[in-house]
Parts: sequence; C-alpha cells; structure tokens
Amino acid sequence: MAKQVSPGVLALRKVVDDVHKEAREAKARGELVGWSSSKFPCELAAAFDLNVMYPENQAAGIAANRYGEMMCQAAEDLGYDNDICGYARISLAYAAGVRVSRKYDPETGEYIIDPSTGKPLKDADGNVIIDEATGKPKKDPKTQTPYLQLDNIHDIEALPDGPEKERRWEAISPIRQMRIPQPDFVLCCNNICNCMTKWYENIARMCNIPLIMVDIPYNNDVHVADENVKYVRAQFDQAIKQLEELTGKKFDEKKFEHACANANRTAKAWLKVCDYLQYKPAPYSGFDLFNHMADVVTARARVETAEAFELLAKDLEEAVQKGETTTPFPEKYRVMFEGIPCWPKLPALFKPLKANGVNVTAVVYAPAFGFVYDGLDEMARAYYKAPNSVCIEQGVDWREGICRDNKVDGVLVHYNRSCKPWSGYMAEMQRRFTEDLGVPCAGFDGDQADPRNFNAAQYETRVQGLVEAMEANKQAKEA
Amino acid sequence: MSINALLDEFKGKAATPKQQLAEYKAQGKKVIGVLPYFAPEELVYAAGMVPMGIWGSNTKTISRAKEYCATFYCTIAQLALEMLLDGTMDGLDGIITPTICDTLRPMSQNYRVSMGDKMKVIFLAHPQNRFEDFGLQFCVDQYNHVKADLEEVCGHKIEDAAIQDAIRVYNKSRAARREFVKLASEHCDVITPTLRSAVLKAFFFMEKPAYTAKLEELNAELKKLPVCDWQGTKVVTSGIICDNPKLLEIFEENHIAIAADDVAHESRAFRVDAPEDEKDPVMALAKQFANQDYDVLLYDPKSSENRRADFVVNMVKESGAQGLVLFMQQFCDPEEMEYPYLKKALNDAGIPHIKLGIDQQMRDFGQASTAIQAFADVLELQK
Repeated sequence: MAKQVSPGVLALRKVVDDVHKEAREAKARGELVGWSSSKFPCELAAAFDLNVMYPENQAAGIAANRYGEMMCQAAEDLGYDNDICGYARISLAYAAGVRVSRKYDPETGEYIIDPSTGKPLKDADGNVIIDEATGKPKKDPKTQTPYLQLDNIHDIEALPDGPEKERRWEAISPIRQMRIPQPDFVLCCNNICNCMTKWYENIARMCNIPLIMVDIPYNNDVHVADENVKYVRAQFDQAIKQLEELTGKKFDEKKFEHACANANRTAKAWLKVCDYLQYKPAPYSGFDLFNHMADVVTARARVETAEAFELLAKDLEEAVQKGETTTPFPEKYRVMFEGIPCWPKLPALFKPLKANGVNVTAVVYAPAFGFVYDGLDEMARAYYKAPNSVCIEQGVDWREGICRDNKVDGVLVHYNRSCKPWSGYMAEMQRRFTEDLGVPCAGFDGDQADPRNFNAAQYETRVQGLVEAMEANKQAKEA
Repeated sequence: MSINALLDEFKGKAATPKQQLAEYKAQGKKVIGVLPYFAPEELVYAAGMVPMGIWGSNTKTISRAKEYCATFYCTIAQLALEMLLDGTMDGLDGIITPTICDTLRPMSQNYRVSMGDKMKVIFLAHPQNRFEDFGLQFCVDQYNHVKADLEEVCGHKIEDAAIQDAIRVYNKSRAARREFVKLASEHCDVITPTLRSAVLKAFFFMEKPAYTAKLEELNAELKKLPVCDWQGTKVVTSGIICDNPKLLEIFEENHIAIAADDVAHESRAFRVDAPEDEKDPVMALAKQFANQDYDVLLYDPKSSENRRADFVVNMVKESGAQGLVLFMQQFCDPEEMEYPYLKKALNDAGIPHIKLGIDQQMRDFGQASTAIQAFADVLELQK
C-alpha cells in the first residue's frame, strides 16, 4: 500500500506525536497526567491545561502494532475474562504496569532478533534474494525485530539503580503507546458504553487515583430531552469542581471557550474531510479515516488539529480537482464499513477489498465525532449523541445519511466481540439498510483488539458474497 | 400450612410462570413483564397491574432471538427476547426494559422493535451518578416516564397514595425475604439450595401481598424449629442468577448449604428499602435506587477503594460460610470486570472460592459437578 503522504496527513501525525511527547514531558516535570475515555468532554480538561491521554486510542495503537494478543493475555492472567472488551483488557494490563518489551542478551545487552520477522531482502533491481543454503528468501536485517516479552514497570522500579534497571526501561517497546505515563487521575464518560464505568473504576483502584465521572445514560429517543441535558450539564459543573480540587486552579472560562472553539473548528474540518468520500471515485480510502481517529480523539480541542484537518481538506480538494486518488486500486464498488476496524488485522481486512475493487467510502465515525455546538447546554446535548448511546432510529438515520451521501453499493458489518453495545442491534440495522437503501449487507465476526476473534477465511468469504450481491444489483440496475 | 406444603407451593409457582400469567389474564388483570435490573416495580403494583419478573429461562433454547443478536450476549437477555418472540409472553400487556448494562442497551431496542404494536415496551435509563440532587431528579424524571407509560396501559392515573401503599407492600416483602434468607441458613437442613432458590424465585411471578403473606407464614414456621446442627459446609453465592435446580442439586449432593448470597436475582434485589416518609413517592423510589450499593452494575464514587469486594468478604465471614461460589454468567462483563478484585479480597482474607461459568442453556452439569465436589473438600478443611 505504498502511497503518497500529503502535507495534511503529516501535520495530523505530528499533532498526535506532540500530544504524547508533551504528556511524557509533563509527567517528567512532576505535573499531573490523566487518562480519559474518548468521549469525555476534553474541553473541560483543556480549561485546566491538563495533559490527558486516551486509553481507547492507546489500545487501538497497541493492537495495530500487533501487541494486542500479548496485552489481552496479560489482562486475562490478572483475572479479567477474555470476553471483556479488548481495549479494556489492554488498558487494564497497561495500568497494572505491564509493558511489551524487547528481549535482550543480558551478557551483551544486544536485542535478540526473532528470525521469523522481517521483509525479504531485495537486490538493486527489486528482485528477492534467495538464500542458497535454504532455498528461501533472505531477510532484510534492517526490517527484522527482536523477540518480544512482557515486563512490568513495578518490577523494574523495584530494581536497584544501575545498568540493568536502565536496560530494562530501555527495552520497553519504543512505540508511543507503550510509553504513555501512568495516570494521576481518570476522566470517565460512559456515553459510549457502561463497560467504561467499570474499566475506569478498576484503573482508579489499581493506581489509587481519583475518578471523575460523567454519566450519560442510554437514550431511547432521537431527541435529547431537556431533563437529560440538565442532568449532564449538572455533572459538567460537578466535574469542574472536582478538577478545581484536583489541580488547585480555578476554572479558566477563557481557556474553556478557546478549547470549545477549537473543538468545533476541528469537528467542522473533520466533517469536511469525511465529506470528500462523497466524490466518485473517492480521493482516498475511508480506511484512512481510521488513522486520523487518533487526532479527533486525543487532540480535538487543539488549534493544530483543526489546522491539520483543514490542510488535509485542502489536499483533498486539490486531489479531486486533479482527479487523483490515494486509493491504491480502481474503485469498482463503494461500501460503508460498519463498526470499529479489527486493528490487529488491518492488512487482512484490506486485502480482499483491494482485490475486488471495493473502496470504503463511509464510516460511522464521520458523524460520530463531528459534533458542533455552542455553549455548555449544547455541549451536553452533543455529548449525549455518541455511537452507542443513541436509539436505533438515530443510529440508522446517521448511517443511512452517509450511505446515501457517499453513494455506497453495500454495507460490510463488523460484529465486534469487544463491543456489545455496538453490535447488539446490528442485525436489525442490516435489515433496515437493505429495505431502505436497497443495498446488500454482509456481516463478519471480528474484534477491535484481540486477533484471536478474527477469522480471515470467514471474512474473505463474506466480502466475496457482498461483492457478488453488489454486482448482481449493479447489473439489475443497468438492465 | 405445614412447611412442606408451603415449600411445595413456592416450588410450583417458581416453575410455572406461564400458567400464572394465564391465570392473571383469566382474572381480567393486566400484567407487566419486568426485565433486570432495578425497575421500580412498585409503580406497576400501584397501577393495579401485576408485575412479573423476566430473568430468562432454564428450559428454553435460543432460536428466534438469533434474528436480532449475535451469540456473544448473555442468555438472560437473549432468552427473554426468545420468550417474547415464541409466544410465551403473549399475554403480557407491556414490559419494562432497563438499560444499566451494555447488553441491555441495544436489547432494549430489539425488544421494542420486535414487539411493534404487540405490547407496550417501556424504556428505562437509570443514572449512575445517582446520589446528588441532579441524579435523584433525573431518576425521578425517568420513573415519571415509566409511570406515564404504565398509566397508558392501565387506563387511569396512578395516584401518589397508591404508590405510597405499593412502597409499603414492597418494603414488607423485602423484609420478609431478608428474614427468609437468614432463616434459610439457620435451617439449611430443611431449606436446601433448590428450595431456597424456589422460594425467592416465586416472588417474581406471584402477586406481592399473597407472596409476602405466604413467606411470613413460612418464616414463622421455620422460627419454631430448632437451629439445625449442620454437619455439611456452607457457602455464600454470588453472581447474577443461580436458579437452575439441576445445578443447585449438586450442592445438596455435596452437603453444601447456602449461608447468604450476593446474587442480583436474590439478595441484591431486596437489600434496600424505599423510604416511607418521603412526600413525593416517586422520589422515594429514586432514593431507594440511589441507596443501592456494592453492586457490580453500579458506579461507586469511592472506586479507588475495594468496597464491593470487602462487603462480600464480610458477608462470607458474618454468615459463617467457609467459602464463596461465584456463578459467572457467560458474557456478563459487569461481573467479569469486578472479578479480579473480588478474587484478591477473598484471597487476602483466606476465603476459598470457585468461579463456575454458567449460562441458561446449560444442560450438562458434569464439569460443574466435578468442580463443586472438589470444592466441598476444600470447604471441609475450613471448618
């Protein structure tokens, strides 16, 4: 999937790197660092200049880096059932101090390379070099990585100061998601799921730290009633008081308004970027949107994020003008990808789509993170509408809206073992998509973080079935 | 009535909800199904209707419900849907669907969609931040919606006096059930695990004043008996539900009695009374919910402490049990999330426990039987 990286994408990558770097530096200076659920109102923490990290986003990154199974297993060893959300398991293992670390030789201090890793070595003409002794392709040593093992920061901390201790710290995987500082407080909003409530309670208990909780109950109505807004608004006020106690600072209204303005600007720019998928062919693959989720989650109240999305929108505008696309195959069919992707299996997800010319031109995250509001009451109303807190009618309306706007030919539904609230009414939604939009749907079993719950063969068969149904639909229309 | 006759009656009622539903309907009564957890049933009673608990089934198999949900959902919720779809619940005039866990959230939509115009599906969302005035007010608002929906079904206004009366009826029933649980431990030679379960389960299907009267009668009879000199062992049970007679029989075979429970379908449902002196009876019900504590489903503001597990450990110690049996309902993440810290507290206190994975479609109890048998030996050593 070699593709050109646009200035907007580079800017977005930098934003996330900066957020992580700043949090690490803040911790080193002895400042507070919090962990927050993805849909806790970040505007509140921003008003106190707090550094906040996002365990869901961290877990997705850990899973995408293929550490999901190790971390999930570590949580299971702590007693957390393998049925619990994979993000929660990864995060709980991390909160308990578990880290994925590179194995090294204690004598030499050198990393021990895992011979099964790495890409084939190629000659100047790009041909794979075969090892004459084995008859197999030689591995490019630059791409080979060490064996991995689990370590625990509490064990490392208990070591006497010295080279061994330093070596163990250094051996922890360098990916930013494995270098997130331990939390001093947690911010939980359960609008996306109730698992979040217990997940954050567990972190608070594990780390003996305060938990600030904003509860947003499930809504059975398309509209958010005033009484619901009042409940959430009152909790915002309570959260502000708790943050004042935590930081010893007064709530800075100006900073809050500034954060809100940035969050609104980011949301608008995000929606604009998402809307470019309406073009036929789309100037990029909707899968790329998943990569930008990190920005929307971790940094939506920062001006740099808004600017980076605006820059990306500009890049996309130019691509559309030139008739270019970063999708690495000709777009034959357009689908909505329903649900969170299987992060550990992104290449496996992409493979049959690419082979069949299926471009993802709609993802539910587009409307889910694109909320625009004015003032605290409207902010409460906006946070009430998270992907898993809305009734089926609202959920269908969001999805059918983007399916129509983005002109999809079919829907690919991820039945995500990690996400009960999301997957729990998808069967009915599938029926409605087919009835209302006349498009075929196919479902497959998977998981957002635990690779053990995904079966590539089943997925490929389902994609094949969807492609055949889309083709039959197309031919019927043409006839 | 004799103890045996009373127990037979409870056993019969616990096993025949469908028949009782038919009887209520034949008497011209309206019946509301109440799903887990924490629904203010008092409002149904105050409306002059019969509330019947819906906690799945130990004899049905999931078939029609597959049209709505994937396999990884708790069988209680799936079998409730199954019974709504297969005609078992056709006599109901409505159901109340709380949404306190991640399975019940989307399932509330499946219940509503699948029932269409067949019956009134009454939605309920509880607040987790339930202690402050704003939490209480939100709970009152939600309960008032439930009340309005129930008024639509019963066809008349639900008066405050009727709710006050319902609160008294329910408090009385809760007190009787709490006393029964205590007596069941003292007389565990008579009240075996299967009978204990049947008595508590019958509450969900019987009319409440009649149930309480019978239970008070049973309690009075039990009090007359000398406290038994139990030679077996005792456990505290914990989990969402453990009402499968076949599973409970294994405890009897191994001379294990139940000293107390931390079970959602049992004691967690009647630990807390509603205040009787509150001017607004709906607020009284909201306060009752706010006072619910030590529950895997509910937010604990003192989450950095291990309060719930400490509470369960104390229950084991105070009840004189030698250990704890956790009935882990498959796919129940609230229970699963709290397990590691429960395990830690039990281990720290030197209390042995086993975790039995269960679901309501379980038909083979061989593995459970082996585990319980082995655990009985461990419990003996604790005596």
